[in-house]
Amino acid sequence: MDLLTPDTGLFIFQVVAFLLLLFLLGKFAWRPILDGLKEREETIETALLSAEQAKKDMEALNADNAKLLAEARSERDAMLKEAMAAANKIKEDAKEETSKIASKMMDDAKASIEVEKKAAMAEIKTMVAALSLDITEKVLRKQLGDDKAQKALVDEYVNDLNLN
Amino acid sequence: MMKNSRTNFPNLLIISVLIALFSFSNSSNLLASSDSGDEQKEEGATDFIMHHIADDYQWHIVTLGHTHVTIPLPMIIYDHGELKFFMSSDFYDEHHEPIAHEGYMISHGKLVRAEGGHGAADSHGESDGHGSDDDHGAAADDHSEAKSDFLNLSITKNVASLLLSAVLMIVVFTSVAKRYKNGVAAPKGLQSFFEPIIVFIRDDIAKVNIGADKYQRFMPYLLTLFFFILFNNLLGLTPGAANLTGNIAVTLCLALFTFFITQFNGRKAYWMHILWTPGVPLPLRPIILVVEVIGIFTKPISLTLRLFASITAGHIVVLSIIGLGFILNSLALGVVGTLFSAIITVIEILVAMIQAYVFTLFSSMYIGQAVDDGHH
Repeated sequence: MDLLTPDTGLFIFQVVAFLLLLFLLGKFAWRPILDGLKEREETIETALLSAEQAKKDMEALNADNAKLLAEARSERDAMLKEAMAAANKIKEDAKEETSKIASKMMDDAKASIEVEKKAAMAEIKTMVAALSLDITEKVLRKQLGDDKAQKALVDEYVNDLNLN
Repeated sequence: MMKNSRTNFPNLLIISVLIALFSFSNSSNLLASSDSGDEQKEEGATDFIMHHIADDYQWHIVTLGHTHVTIPLPMIIYDHGELKFFMSSDFYDEHHEPIAHEGYMISHGKLVRAEGGHGAADSHGESDGHGSDDDHGAAADDHSEAKSDFLNLSITKNVASLLLSAVLMIVVFTSVAKRYKNGVAAPKGLQSFFEPIIVFIRDDIAKVNIGADKYQRFMPYLLTLFFFILFNNLLGLTPGAANLTGNIAVTLCLALFTFFITQFNGRKAYWMHILWTPGVPLPLRPIILVVEVIGIFTKPISLTLRLFASITAGHIVVLSIIGLGFILNSLALGVVGTLFSAIITVIEILVAMIQAYVFTLFSSMYIGQAVDDGHH
């Protein structure tokens, strides 16, 4: 039964010592420890959150970069395409122009050839007419009796003609 | 392999020396008290166990043959308005038999008023130590009479142990706290041992049972409570130490702290629940009221008895196993018993932690019930 009877002296010491412990440990141990723990947890959490944020920012930045790159690429493609088109057009235009000029030159050449030809023909005609007149005049002037002499004369004149 | 065994060897040596010391310091008493007849042997064993569990006015370290190595402790008596100081050694003669001193004497581990002052001392001196049955009866009567007569504030073995552990706790935890004051740093040394326990008490005991918004106010109490019980449970397992947490005055005191904290923090919902339990048919309410009011008081009683019984029972088991070898006077049993008691002591370390946890857990649960706002 002695074991189950609380001892007054020990009880009083226990109350005093425990209150003292509560006060001293509360003030000099638990508060700094709990505050320190809290501070550390908050620091870690903030650090983790900011790391997460940095990661997100980095990802966003990367995405932005990729977007920019894609944009630049497509822009370049567009420019290239445009330039190609322009070049082709220029080429086409040039070709067309050239063929136009060529056909015009051809036409001009044809026309001038025609004119030359006509002029030549006209000249030939006048020459033939003049020659015929000449020959006729010479034939008429000689009036030889024999056909032989007439023929020889004609040949002579024709040869003369050829020499021209 | 070599390196391992080399580092383990000193540890092993220390452990074996501790075990030897433990069994030696405990058993030497028994050996001294059990050298006569069989009946007396068993009685001696019970005395030996009770002696180690009960409080004492001196700190008995070890008995070498017939030489008792004890530290006398100061005695403080508050008798009718005057404080008296003695040393406990004043109450024993050179043969370690109790004698009367200044009108007081220690009888059966209790300080009582000696009848007729020095006259009693003389009669004791004549009867040479082990007093007759008449003497015992007189002392017991005296004791029951004297109980309310004067206040005994002596620094007993338990009080000394209490003060030592309090100093130890303050030294340990202020040194741990120092590491937190210099801003954020990774835990180190002693801090990394205690920090997980503190975090566990905060997160898994206080926060869970009291609520995340109110637990902070009770953290100093719960931490002090837990570490007080843990330190003293573990210290109680060391050889020659006091059985502080196995003393009902100590456990009662701790339970009363929880009791008063619970009652003083009781919110409206708590008292409503006790006095006029909602959701119960009207005729049943007075009955529930009685049950609930009884419940207020059974909580501290269960707290008191659980810790007291667990620790005391553990000590009794260890001491009984050691005592067995002496009662049966067998060397083989002594060896086996010592080994077995070492194993039980290891289990007791676990019990020491579990009881500290359980006491704190239940305290936080009771506080949690009291501070609950009742929105459930």
